[in-house]
Amino acid sequence: MAKVRGAVTVNTERCKGCNLCVVACPSQVLDLQQKEVNNRGYHFAYMAQPDKCIGCQSCSLVCPDACIEVYRVIEK
Amino acid sequence: MENNDIIRPENLVYKKPALLNDAHMHYCPGCSHGVVHKLVAEVIEEMGMAEKAIGVSPVGCAVFAYNYIDIDWLEAAHGRATAMATATKRLMPNKLVFTYQGDGDFAAIGTCESIHSCNRGENIAIIFINNAIYGMTGGQMAPTTLLGQKTATCPYGRRADLNGYPLSITPLLAQLDGTCYVTRQSVHKPASVRKAKAAIRKAFENSMAGKGTSVVEIVSTCNTGWKLSPEKANLWMEENMFAKYPLGDLKDVESKK
Amino acid sequence: MNDKVTLMKGNEALAMAAIRYGADGYFGYPITPQSEVLEKLEEEMPWETTGMVVLQAESEVAAINMVYAGASCGKAVMTSTSSPGFSLMQEGMSYMAASEVPALVINVMRGGPGLGTIHPSQADYFQACKGGGHGDYRMVVLAPASVQEMADFVGLGWDLAFKYRCVSMILADGLIGQMMEKVVLPEQRPRRTDEEVERQCPWAVTGRTGMRPKNIITSLELDDDIMEANNLRFQATYRLIEQNEVRYETVDTEGCDYLIVAFGSMARIAMKTMELAAQEGIKVGLLRPITLWPFPYKEIAQVAAGVKGILVPELSAGQMIEDVKLAVECKVPVEHTGRMGGNVPTPEEVLDALKNQLIK
Repeated sequence: MAKVRGAVTVNTERCKGCNLCVVACPSQVLDLQQKEVNNRGYHFAYMAQPDKCIGCQSCSLVCPDACIEVYRVIEK
Repeated sequence: MENNDIIRPENLVYKKPALLNDAHMHYCPGCSHGVVHKLVAEVIEEMGMAEKAIGVSPVGCAVFAYNYIDIDWLEAAHGRATAMATATKRLMPNKLVFTYQGDGDFAAIGTCESIHSCNRGENIAIIFINNAIYGMTGGQMAPTTLLGQKTATCPYGRRADLNGYPLSITPLLAQLDGTCYVTRQSVHKPASVRKAKAAIRKAFENSMAGKGTSVVEIVSTCNTGWKLSPEKANLWMEENMFAKYPLGDLKDVESKK
Repeated sequence: MNDKVTLMKGNEALAMAAIRYGADGYFGYPITPQSEVLEKLEEEMPWETTGMVVLQAESEVAAINMVYAGASCGKAVMTSTSSPGFSLMQEGMSYMAASEVPALVINVMRGGPGLGTIHPSQADYFQACKGGGHGDYRMVVLAPASVQEMADFVGLGWDLAFKYRCVSMILADGLIGQMMEKVVLPEQRPRRTDEEVERQCPWAVTGRTGMRPKNIITSLELDDDIMEANNLRFQATYRLIEQNEVRYETVDTEGCDYLIVAFGSMARIAMKTMELAAQEGIKVGLLRPITLWPFPYKEIAQVAAGVKGILVPELSAGQMIEDVKLAVECKVPVEHTGRMGGNVPTPEEVLDALKNQLIK
């Protein structure tokens, strides 16, 4: 059975750490960096559990700063 | 399959629209404005209208919209965006002309221009961000502030006897013969973002087809003004704002036919 | 006899001259005593011929912001109003000055303050010449004294506005607006094409044709140094206008003993006063500023050097007299006379004032 796999990249300097992508993700893939911050001092988002990403774009849709790119493949 | 194998150009399904440039947006973290800016840029790009789009930005938090979306812009005086859009569209009917306004701009100081532009059926699209507060000036009461809601100028909560009632302006506009499409959307969930984008697209297409005025109200959050986290602001909006400002189409002349 | 001579009201001449100029748009709100401008335009239906847009706005506030937008698009746009309406437009005037866009604004003055009267006045001189809106700005102010000048100054106003990217104002009064006179209208010019507008006004908001870099028309700049630089640029433009665009007319100023400085309809009354004075052996000359801003300071000073006194009759409590005094730097007595509230002095009243206040 085909399996959908996804991945996202976060423009970490654009990210303001608002957490809305983390909440929107149906697979709990994303989280905010606990310690690391970007140049503006924001705890930016990252893929905490990359294996779970299904490339659904929920995170990128709700992101107010358009910092998320989404990639998706169908594994056969 | 490793992440690096997935993150390849051929697998890209979502990226920032090119018309939304790389300038750092001044909006607070989690602000709805960013999402709507993104949608406007996406729709203009997908319609192939980058050379013909003219935006009119307001006075309010979105005053600098012109710095972020790479189209031609007019920056209006407070409340006068629809008057400017009226003249722009009439003088250049083949351009895509839209306003982007907050609740103070559109529904307080600009009410006269807002109503009359809609009533004349100007072939413009109006994107109206209703977050029930004045964001830019620091969280004062807006015409759309809910009863009981605390702001800097109604610090004990809005009272009808002191401050009047919250103004739900889009139902008024839906009654006018000049409007062809009046809708209320939000951008707090992935599905709502998709619907809001479809609404903006429809509004823009209506304006190019000369069908009349389209109004897309986006019921939004101002988490800083509301003094909540972005995610809690979304919950507060669902619990409080949607009762006074229910989502959905208020008018769609097309669907009646 | 020129077969192109027609008889019409000053206000109608404004409307016809605008169409003939190839104007792109008029946005206005009815107010006495200038409503004939909009009425004439609606009657002529220029949208059917030249493609000119004509729109009755919901208020003067909306109208001036429509003009602001049209001007920002590089279009030749205008509005007309009368004093209370012009007060409402001050917001837009200031924004247009700050955005450096070319527009034509007409104020057919009536008596104030407040709702005042619908009859003629010149009491908006300060508002027009000293800036009624906020901030340091100027606009070219043209003062017609005949229906012919009403027609001529429409084109002149737009030409200057486009040349300097500033607002031009025609400051008329109810008399000039309402009176009928012979006028020769300019030849019909075609409206500029979109391509011509973009070539003439590369700064204009027209959409990013050919994906050129975006154009933004804004009056906002939060960087203090850039905003100061903007202000200095505005001032440099104003200095240039002061150097190049002073306009005035002199009548019998050579060898005159007394000088009248008057503009608009008051200057016409003064012409009769001069006749009456001549009958009594008093040599009176007239200097009529045509541009109230830039004001003919130097030119007045030159004429003033040879006179015993200057009378400044105005349909106000005395506004332009302040500029005349600045011009002559207290070297010559300067006196004011005038009527207010919509009243207009007779030539005899002006002569009496001259005799009583200057000759004694």
